[in-house]
Amino acid sequence: MLGLALGAGWAVSQERGAPAGRVPMPVIAQAQGEKCVEPADFMRRNHMQVLMFHRDRTMHEGVRTTQHSLKGCVECHAGPKTGTVAGSKDDFCQSCHAYAAVSIDCFECHAPRPKQAVARTRRP
Amino acid sequence: MKATDKARRQFLALAGGAVATLTIAPGVLLLAPAHGRVPGEPVTGKVRWGLLIDTTKCATGCDDCVTACNRENGLSGKTRPTDAQWIRKIELKDLRTGRQASLPMMCQHCAAPPCVDVCPTGASFKRADGIVLVDKHICIGCRYCMMACPYKARSLVHEAVTDQNPDVPRGKGTVESCTLCVHRVDRGDLPACVEACAAAGHHAIVFGDLNDPNSDIAKRIARHQTKQVRADFALDPGVRYHGI
Repeated sequence: MLGLALGAGWAVSQERGAPAGRVPMPVIAQAQGEKCVEPADFMRRNHMQVLMFHRDRTMHEGVRTTQHSLKGCVECHAGPKTGTVAGSKDDFCQSCHAYAAVSIDCFECHAPRPKQAVARTRRP
Repeated sequence: MKATDKARRQFLALAGGAVATLTIAPGVLLLAPAHGRVPGEPVTGKVRWGLLIDTTKCATGCDDCVTACNRENGLSGKTRPTDAQWIRKIELKDLRTGRQASLPMMCQHCAAPPCVDVCPTGASFKRADGIVLVDKHICIGCRYCMMACPYKARSLVHEAVTDQNPDVPRGKGTVESCTLCVHRVDRGDLPACVEACAAAGHHAIVFGDLNDPNSDIAKRIARHQTKQVRADFALDPGVRYHGI
């Protein structure tokens, strides 16, 4: 149900361009990569399962393939203005999660910015 | 080169075992990292990563390993009781003889880790290749492991963390310790402390596979007298010290 609402909301905001009406629509900025690792419809509904599966494989088995890694998501989807995926309400992860009223815990620990951006600003 | 020669060479390369090779197409070989794991394959118990620390080469006053660890893993480097510390330098002195030794102390990556025994959620675990880690997704921050560890190797993150290294996620309310730079080891690099020690010209820390009799670390251990700290606990640490 949530997935359907999300999908529908996204479609509407795409058609009309700017979000209209009383309901603030998620802002989905164009990602940097050519295309997502899976079809967008699939990712909208299942990215959490995909990430969860990959997380356990990486943590416990040391499999560090890039296909479904959170780091990979961040590298493509970091917002052009803020450089993060969860820094402001317009950033990729944050905007959708705010719209769906689902809290996002990944970035309490994981870096919401790509490696190059972090390397630039971290103290030596 | 004749076709038979090439076939022989490929066979020898595989039999030698120094570098794992995979034939993608005729004449094209995929060279896997030195530890022979193809990307995407899970770690196995054939390998056991460990460190050998030569305290006779470790310089008193030098803390390059500590600063390298802090930089790599995004630690503050402060030493208040609430700051995370993954590696620390220790100065030893024999009061009777006056002999001094300096050594780095960190998670000893035990074969029978007490931190894993006491963990109520299964967050503290030992990877198949001997690296002891905390799965922070499952860690509830109870700190039993901190109390169980005889080496005082673990720390709790007390405050919210920002600007993490994307390879090293860290967050408030979870316990953490030396990961043997697992993110670097998995891509075939050396841990940050080992690299820093070599860069400083001391070469006091050797990293390698304890299970491989041909590895540098295994050869050194076979040749020189080395100690596991508090070997009486029978935890079989993967970190060994020479000269203490």
